[in-house]
Amino acid sequence: MPNDMMIEAEELAKRYGETRALAGVDFAVPGGSILGLLGPNGAGKTTAVRILTTLALPDAGRARVAGVDVVGHPAEVRRHIGVAAQDATLDGLLSGRQNLVLVGELSDMGRRASRQRATELLAQFELTDASDRVLKGYSGGMRRRLDLAAALMTRPPVLFLDEPTTGLDPVSRQRVWEAVRELTAAGVTVLLTTQYLDEADALADQIVVIDHGRVIANGTPQELKEASRSARLEVTLTAPYPGAVEATGAVEAIGSLTAGPVHISEDGRRLSAGVDSAPGLATSVVRALDAAGVLVDDIEIRQPSLDDVFFSLTGGHLGPEDEQPGNGAAGPDGARPEMEGAGT
Amino acid sequence: MTTSTLRPSPAGTGIPGKLSAAAAGRVRNVWGMTRRNLVHISREPMQLSDVTIQPVLFTVLFVYIFGGGIPIPNGGSYKDFALAGLLSLNLVTSTMGTAVGLSTDLHGGIIERFRALPMWQPAVLVGRSFADLMTSCICALIVAVTGLAVGWRTDANVGSIIGGFALLLFFAYSLSWIAACVGLNSKSPESAASFGFIVLFPLAFVSNALVPTQHMPGWLQAIADWNPVSAVTAGARQLWGNPNPSAAIHAWPMQHPVEAGLIWSALILAIAAPLASYFFRRRMTE
Repeated sequence: MPNDMMIEAEELAKRYGETRALAGVDFAVPGGSILGLLGPNGAGKTTAVRILTTLALPDAGRARVAGVDVVGHPAEVRRHIGVAAQDATLDGLLSGRQNLVLVGELSDMGRRASRQRATELLAQFELTDASDRVLKGYSGGMRRRLDLAAALMTRPPVLFLDEPTTGLDPVSRQRVWEAVRELTAAGVTVLLTTQYLDEADALADQIVVIDHGRVIANGTPQELKEASRSARLEVTLTAPYPGAVEATGAVEAIGSLTAGPVHISEDGRRLSAGVDSAPGLATSVVRALDAAGVLVDDIEIRQPSLDDVFFSLTGGHLGPEDEQPGNGAAGPDGARPEMEGAGT
Repeated sequence: MTTSTLRPSPAGTGIPGKLSAAAAGRVRNVWGMTRRNLVHISREPMQLSDVTIQPVLFTVLFVYIFGGGIPIPNGGSYKDFALAGLLSLNLVTSTMGTAVGLSTDLHGGIIERFRALPMWQPAVLVGRSFADLMTSCICALIVAVTGLAVGWRTDANVGSIIGGFALLLFFAYSLSWIAACVGLNSKSPESAASFGFIVLFPLAFVSNALVPTQHMPGWLQAIADWNPVSAVTAGARQLWGNPNPSAAIHAWPMQHPVEAGLIWSALILAIAAPLASYFFRRRMTE
């Protein structure tokens, strides 16, 4: 593995009692880039971060941060990292400024340098007005920002952000994103976990999707989208399916063009399916529908979002890809408005 | 643990330079944690009620309510007798604060922050014990001032007076490490608090702190005479020249209360401090 990797995980495994939090996870983050660690709740994201930040010991595998083994030299690793964990890890009885100065002093920055840096960060995160208030009076968003500031106190070259924007309003979120982008521009390596796909899409150079403690996808956002192969075709019929005879024809008509099952919305008016991008796709769809004599109100061909990728990979409950044909067989007839497309 | 916390030192200073730099770093970490805990107290002064209001209350209540009813063998006034005992009682029960404070730290998110910092981790423990020692000093001062107000007097020289306080404070400090062990093993700050009522109150009351042990049933008197609280209390009375009826008891600690108090405290510290750091390390490993 090249030496310019700032974060490396090899075959990391960790068990908590009966729960297998990590079952052999590999990834590597080159210096100055952002890795987005993506996965549903309980996938093992936080466990991976805890191991990499020396808070937990792996049962198996190896991990290095800034080239230093996290198990062999945890104290050395701590000198290179900043951590903003999921639960705000700050002292509720200290003021914002006291919290930052404490972190600086405990990291041996010295009192004067700590104070200076604290003032700087409080200004950067627009907390100057609240800096001498006790933390108990801070809003959730202010706490998160202070948590991030605390992670940046020592100007660490490697930063771990565990769901840094969970619970933030859109403006605060944007502000955190900007801060993270500025940091990587300055050469900081960032590992961030998130449940927000748009966040990973907007920030990450590389995305690792984990589920049930395993890596199920690893690549750039673009690669992941391409890997999911299909765009999505959405057709809104004038008459609901299966009310009209010609609508059945519609499913058959699109079926020949789609790459997977055709799904039908609850009201029977909207059909959607994965399609392979091809020249003249929209024209072909319109012609096929017209030839079948189907009246259509709207046609949309959408490039895949990370959501599509994510749901297809993790089998999440919100994505249409998750509704495997055949699952519906267990239910009463017609309970699941879907049918398999003719396919190609 | 030791080698991994060494800081890089300027080239050429060699190992001793490294070691002293590491030691200086640890001292700064401990001082940082101590100050943090003292700021907590300034934010929530009621946290301190067991070393501020309680001592005043106990002193006044015991001196005026029990004072007349408890005869002191070989004479002397109850208030002169009681002050050392009241100080013991307050210091012993206030070590509960160490258990609760430590447990609170361990159950909050803040410990995660400390664990990921390049600091000497046991500073969390040591800083807590120092902050609690300082609150114990405040407690001692308040008891002494209240005592003087209700008529407690000592005719000992300054060295002996300070010695008496130091003996009690040293004991309280050693006891706070037992409290630390409890705090490190408790499931919640609330369960850490119950330690105070289950262990500390009996420890403080089954002693010569508030009443002469001569009137206790034989078996209880034996326990009381060997109770470390009795040793340090009798030691302080002896040093302050206050009535000390325990001097008439043949048990060795009552004959040599100062020595016994020091031995007890050193022994408790020697066992509880390493044990606490073991529990702490175990707690920090996941």
